[in-house]
Amino acid sequence: MADHGVNKGRRRFLVGATSVMGAVGVIGVAVPFVASWKPSARARAAGAPVQADISKLRPGQRMTVEWRGRPVWIIRRTPEMIARTQALPADYLADPDSRQPQQPAYVQGELRSLKPEIGVLVGLCTHFGCSPLYRPEPDAQAGDDHWPGGFFCPCHSSRFDLAGRVYASMPAPINLEVPPYHYLSDNIIVVGEDKEAG
Amino acid sequence: MASQDKTGGGFMKWLDARFPASRLWRDHLASYYVPKNLNVWYVFGSLALLVLVNQLLTGIWLTMSYSPTAEGAFASIEYIMRDVEWGWLIRHMHTTGASALFIVVYLHMFRGLLYGSYKAPRELVWVFGMALYLVLMAEAFMGYLLPWGQMSYWGAQVITSLFSAIPGIGEGLAEWVRGDYLVSSVTLNRFFALHVVALPLVILGLVVLHIVALHEVGSNNPDGIDIRMHTDDAGKPLDGIPFHPYYTVKDLVGVAIFLFVFCGVIFYFPEGGGYFIEQPNFEPANPLQTSDHIAPVWYFTPFYAILRAINFSIFGLDARFLGVIFMGGAIAVLFVVPWLDRSPVRSMRYKGWLSKLMLGLFVASFVALGVLGVLPSTPVRTHLAQLFTATYFAYFLLMPIYTRLEKTKPVPERVTG
Amino acid sequence: MKHLWIVVCFLLMPIMAVGGQGGRELRSGAPDLQDQASLQNGLKLYVNYCLGCHTLSYQRFSRTANDLNIPQALMEDAVMFSSAAAFDDPMHNALRAEEAAQWWGVAPPDLSLTVRLRGADWVNAFLLGFYQDSDRPNGVNNTLFDSVAMPNVLEPLQGVQVLDCSKTEQQECDRLKVITPGLMAPDEFESAVYDITNFLAYVSEPYRLKAQAVAPKVMIFLFIFGVIAYFLKREYWKDVY
Repeated sequence: MADHGVNKGRRRFLVGATSVMGAVGVIGVAVPFVASWKPSARARAAGAPVQADISKLRPGQRMTVEWRGRPVWIIRRTPEMIARTQALPADYLADPDSRQPQQPAYVQGELRSLKPEIGVLVGLCTHFGCSPLYRPEPDAQAGDDHWPGGFFCPCHSSRFDLAGRVYASMPAPINLEVPPYHYLSDNIIVVGEDKEAG
Repeated sequence: MASQDKTGGGFMKWLDARFPASRLWRDHLASYYVPKNLNVWYVFGSLALLVLVNQLLTGIWLTMSYSPTAEGAFASIEYIMRDVEWGWLIRHMHTTGASALFIVVYLHMFRGLLYGSYKAPRELVWVFGMALYLVLMAEAFMGYLLPWGQMSYWGAQVITSLFSAIPGIGEGLAEWVRGDYLVSSVTLNRFFALHVVALPLVILGLVVLHIVALHEVGSNNPDGIDIRMHTDDAGKPLDGIPFHPYYTVKDLVGVAIFLFVFCGVIFYFPEGGGYFIEQPNFEPANPLQTSDHIAPVWYFTPFYAILRAINFSIFGLDARFLGVIFMGGAIAVLFVVPWLDRSPVRSMRYKGWLSKLMLGLFVASFVALGVLGVLPSTPVRTHLAQLFTATYFAYFLLMPIYTRLEKTKPVPERVTG
Repeated sequence: MKHLWIVVCFLLMPIMAVGGQGGRELRSGAPDLQDQASLQNGLKLYVNYCLGCHTLSYQRFSRTANDLNIPQALMEDAVMFSSAAAFDDPMHNALRAEEAAQWWGVAPPDLSLTVRLRGADWVNAFLLGFYQDSDRPNGVNNTLFDSVAMPNVLEPLQGVQVLDCSKTEQQECDRLKVITPGLMAPDEFESAVYDITNFLAYVSEPYRLKAQAVAPKVMIFLFIFGVIAYFLKREYWKDVY
């Protein structure tokens, strides 16, 4: 048990080597356990892109499709709705030019869509995730002179215009999210993937 | 370096004033003196703890994706195997771990019998260990129902029917255990609750009791000598070495070898040749049709063979009930081994040839019963099983006689390395 | 070190006890998951001849395509006949189980796990074991599965097969002989059947591909760890002896 003849350097090296190997082993074991929390193949299958047929969507109407368990609105904007939205003064909106990354790069502009008349939005308020109500007409929201038609969240009264842009000084901090989407044909929209991926 | 040491010491001082961290480290590792002559048989205790941790971790993770209903259970296993990332690995760690746990526990128990680790003052270590083994069997049995395959279902059906063999209250008791007229979703739900919450808590509690009792009396050794009889001036046993670092590094080698074999099974033979995961279990449970061949999982087969071997009645007890009594007795008798062994020595090294013969017979009987329990029964095999049941019990019940009768060898004063 | 090998042997005991099972001699269908051409051909045959009745409900089209290196577009055109199925869907069919049960007496079972349930050799021999039997309602029987309800869907490929036995040895005999040739020569047909078996073996355990890739790394790591741990142990135990 005495210390004489002990090769301390060798001992320290072996302790270090074993510790390093042990640490690598523990990390290696942890990988499957951590990775198994990722969305499973079933969850990913359920979250796969969805197709929406908009041939029966009339001007001014809205339809809702489910993508990854969330409501996605598709609205067909009338020329008046487009004009009203574009005429909205910039200082009424929190982010009129959509600088926050709430949309794919290919839907820039005040209407935040690929085609001006078709708007695609994730229908969840950016405040705490309630689903806002569709109030497309200017008089639909009493007591607001500048209501161009849009979305009104019943939970905490956040307001958004018909392009999903949030009004200034609202509980919701940023614009509604625009999901990745593209047109398969004139009347078929694929929600959930960019054009390149398809 | 110096300042780091200081802060480390400062923190340990702060901690030790509130929690006995250093004292626990000293009492159970750094200054826990263990005989220096422990051989390879002594690694299986540490390995059992390792596999238990593996079972707890993988079990928790499986629970996250498993669905405990008759409709969803089977499909949720395939969901884990295919759709959950790495789910197959975690499940096979669990299924292989179940068999591995019984392998190391059986070897651990054999070590106890070999070196008399149950004898005074270690009776309670043995009794807590046996209680662990018993609860472990219940845990394994209930876990085996969860995949809801044919083997799961009919295995559970047979075992819960054992209760119905008890005269008078039997039928009612079996229905009470199942919560239904036969094994059903209700049974699955309660077995799930017991398997993932209740029994693991009991097992952890018993592990603590087992280790606390062991550390109170100290480890036995292949010579069966009390190392505390010979100490140096400071009171340290002359034949003892601290558990840490000597046995931690030694057990680490055992752990590496064990993991090598364990991972080999997980990656290359997860079904363990049909013994770790049985083929009929790839068919969903069908209450209307039993599979061709239903045998319990391998670690239960010795007791199952005893159950089947009893095909006669005595004292007006019918064969079925008698079989249950014998099977229960085969486990119960293990608890009283410390009081059956009347030998003046602990280790088999210094016992007489009778003890050696009987231990050999016992091991042979246990293995033979295990093999017979896997095979379909024939008249010849039933007679063999009866014979081995007799030798199984003879080992225990004759122990008070042959351990006193035989001539033992003198035990050395100090350990022999 | 000698003791350690004893331990290894003990731990291996249950694995080594595996041999000696099984009764009838079966033509080997031992799967080879690395043989992608075989798996792809197996998928093609399965989709054309089997999937119409036998679902693979635990296996997704997308998983199959990824594992067998089949592009999504090809998979959607050549494999997914039903337009209702999505790429990520399980490999179902349009057959309704109740109707099928009326037609054949039993619903065709799902085959996702059939190789794990019965073994690859059995599946292989079963597919090769159909023979003409006028006593059966559908005109065929099987050497491995007496009174099988399933017709011999591969007959156009295999040809008509009969039992090749003299009257005296009828009881135990299961020799078979093709009397009317099909589209494939016998060895060509056996290879096609092997591909189907191989594909079903893959489907029953798709994770095996990943396990085979990970296993050597884990084993090598543990070996090195064991060697270092052994030297560490030897170094410390110099104090004791």
